[in-house]
Amino acid sequence: MTRDKSVTLGLLIVAFLILALLPQFTSGYLVTLLIDILKFAVLTVAWVVFSGPTGYMSLATAAFYGLGFYIAAVFSGTVPFPLLIMLAGASAFVVALGVGALTLRLRGVYFAIFTFALVLLVQNVVLEVERVVTQTRGRFVETVSTEGVYYAILIVFFLTILAAMLIRRSRYGLALQSIGEYEEAAAHSGINVVWTKVLTFATSAVFMGMAGAIIATRRTYIDPYIAFNLNTSFLPVLMAMFGGMGNLVGPVLGAALFTYIGEILLTRFPDLYMLIFGVVLIVSILFMPNGVLGLAQGVWRKMRGGGHAPS
Amino acid sequence: MIAFRDIFITGLLLGGIFALVSVGLTLQYGVARVLNVAHGEFIMVGAFMTFWLLGSANLNPLLSVAITGPVAFIMGFILHKTLFRRLMDTSPSLDIFEGKSLLASFGLLYVVQNLARIIWGSDVEGYNFLNSTVTAAQIPLNRLVALAFVVVLGGAFYFFLARTRLGKAIRASAQSPTTAELMGVDIRNVLAICFGLGLGLAAIAGSLLSTLFAIQTSIGLGYTVIAMVVVVMGGLGSITGAMIGGIILGLVSSTVTFFHPSLTMIAYYVIFIVLLLARPKGIMGK
Repeated sequence: MTRDKSVTLGLLIVAFLILALLPQFTSGYLVTLLIDILKFAVLTVAWVVFSGPTGYMSLATAAFYGLGFYIAAVFSGTVPFPLLIMLAGASAFVVALGVGALTLRLRGVYFAIFTFALVLLVQNVVLEVERVVTQTRGRFVETVSTEGVYYAILIVFFLTILAAMLIRRSRYGLALQSIGEYEEAAAHSGINVVWTKVLTFATSAVFMGMAGAIIATRRTYIDPYIAFNLNTSFLPVLMAMFGGMGNLVGPVLGAALFTYIGEILLTRFPDLYMLIFGVVLIVSILFMPNGVLGLAQGVWRKMRGGGHAPS
Repeated sequence: MIAFRDIFITGLLLGGIFALVSVGLTLQYGVARVLNVAHGEFIMVGAFMTFWLLGSANLNPLLSVAITGPVAFIMGFILHKTLFRRLMDTSPSLDIFEGKSLLASFGLLYVVQNLARIIWGSDVEGYNFLNSTVTAAQIPLNRLVALAFVVVLGGAFYFFLARTRLGKAIRASAQSPTTAELMGVDIRNVLAICFGLGLGLAAIAGSLLSTLFAIQTSIGLGYTVIAMVVVVMGGLGSITGAMIGGIILGLVSSTVTFFHPSLTMIAYYVIFIVLLLARPKGIMGK
């Protein structure tokens, strides 16, 4: 193991320990906020695993996340919490395999449109099924203690980070990178393009489904509008952009900052929240093309007097 | 037979509106390369401006398009000059620009929708306009007027694109921005004009829609989806395609609504997804 790798691993373990011990010292608001941040960090990192290197902009996050919600609702009370989370991850994997196999031959903006429509289709189908077949509107989910939710999402968060790091450093990561750069060339150099894309897409969906199943227990009541919400698809993309996608620190930082800003806006200006949020989105896309990290690196470079920053 | 005739006529009337809604979006994507998720919000803004003008100045809804269209055009022109122009300059490739402009338009969706909610509230609004029926088929007069309006507007727009200098510049820019620029087209202005025209058409469609349906500040996204379905059906960027696609979707909509009203939205999405998979280039796509 090189020195660089052991430093990263060491930092990760320290971060995990601090986060794991936190509920012992503090309670209430901070833990709730952290649950929200970790949820978005999972979604953002999972999104970056696939869309970052390949450049395929997936807006299907809400579909897999919402699937997790519904798995939690259907099996609520009948299976233990950890099994529920795994079940949600497995279902998301299977569904994503199907969706990926069907759609990943679409390129560029068509893939984005397709995944955008997929979320709305699923939402409407579930609404219709609830209206006609089960004759209900929404479902109830058994709640889990705040601490239980916190530890669950924390573990899933570290699993996501671990998976993202492993994929990045493996042959798969390089294959994905080359698909993003020039798909035909990647295919010609012996990469099974379709399989690589579909498998990574499905892997990233696992974590989205798990996060959905965990967060569903935070709400007692869910319905298709809550589960399959377009915001869940767009926010991870924006958070990844906000933080920067060059490495894994960026997306996590983006998720944390964005969630925190959203939280402040929501408590200070509940009426203007969405409006200000929209402005923040536009401004951050406009003025930070490389994210917060890119901005910080730029400033650092300028301060050092035009020298090249180590990459 | 009578049911069939009614379905056909209703579908045709609805299709005209859908076509108008979609031509704006195809213009924004086809030329300016912005897949504007906030398109429907400007339809909503047009509808509410008409509603407001009727209430405050007693202005005829059909005449109000002379105000709503240009106002939205100016908004779009300024938006492109400030927001999307900058994104275009900072994006290394067209793919990245398309991704970023999609996200920026999602931010725009929030801004426009919430501004509208602050100004006009979130209640359902509506008014009666020419809702007597004509002929034995019981066609509401307002739908006929709206269709006539769409036909005239569509014709005028087609003439504008086919015959005028600016129209030719727009079509050239749609084919290849670089070549168009080399041929002396002022590409920066043309792109901004196209984006503005897209929003202008959206607002006009909104004004007409407000004479037919109840309106609410949250109706935008539904129309965005309809416009996207139509635009993909006709081929992204194709204006003729958007017209044909609009009529087809109108017919589908009236058929499904006749047999099973609650399945209309699902039918849209199913058509959309099947179409994307079967023929992503659309009817008129190359």
